[in-house]
Amino acid sequence: MKLSIAAFVLGILFAVGLGIAGMTQPIKIIAFLDVTGDWDPSLLLVMASATLVYFLCYRWITQRRAPLLAEKFSLPTAKQIDARLITGSVLFGIGWGLSGYCPGPALAALPGLVPNTVVFVVSMLAGMLLFKWSDAWLSARRLEKL
Amino acid sequence: MENFTPLSAALGGLLIGLAAAGLLLFNGRIAGISGILGGLLDLPRGDMSWRGAFIAGLLTGGLGLLWFYPQTLALPSDYSFITYAVAGLLVGYGTRLGSGCTSGHGVCGIARLSPRSFAAVTTFMASAILTVFIVRHVL
Repeated sequence: MKLSIAAFVLGILFAVGLGIAGMTQPIKIIAFLDVTGDWDPSLLLVMASATLVYFLCYRWITQRRAPLLAEKFSLPTAKQIDARLITGSVLFGIGWGLSGYCPGPALAALPGLVPNTVVFVVSMLAGMLLFKWSDAWLSARRLEKL
Repeated sequence: MENFTPLSAALGGLLIGLAAAGLLLFNGRIAGISGILGGLLDLPRGDMSWRGAFIAGLLTGGLGLLWFYPQTLALPSDYSFITYAVAGLLVGYGTRLGSGCTSGHGVCGIARLSPRSFAAVTTFMASAILTVFIVRHVL
């Protein structure tokens, strides 16, 4: 219960940060990505500011043996830079460039109920499900071949 | 560069960084939105409640934005329905295949000095910049 309350409050803070930063406005994101056009460097400052804060907090927080409410830290362990990482990032970049939305800002913008935002979030969920099913199907086939 | 909004960008970034750090301090989790949302679709799992609560918080925060700061949720109308449908599919599939998005690889991964995240961020930035270049200046 405490874990969920903390996550809920931090989700609100995250969304408010995204809104103030301008991340929920696709027009600003596309203006940042349009480096040969009328470039808007705001997003660079958002990333720098968020990353610097997280960098400092991370060093301090991970000196603890455990988080405040959970038994242990759950951190990514994968080390390899593989084809999945690169292909996935290329596809994500195309979608981000086309729409100006990445997952967090799209969810935070959803309550605005702008038709294109709703379509984006529904398609994003469909894309995630498509990945889940295709990935399960591919690994099953790989096992069959062995 | 007349659209540059440095103060709100730095302040918003500070809040994003603090929220992500809070999720690490309290829950011991990385604040990667695609991972948190994608994990919700992997039913059944034991950690659904905090994931659901975080997403509910994002939506609630969005409601707050709609109420107090509605101009932040505006969307340009010159982009088609189809564009957003295709973009959504690519973002959903791509972030799951690549294990992260702007928050998990971008903010958290870079700050954790993860080589995988450096590779991912460089790749999706390049891919997004190229996409915008083609859409805006070539087509």
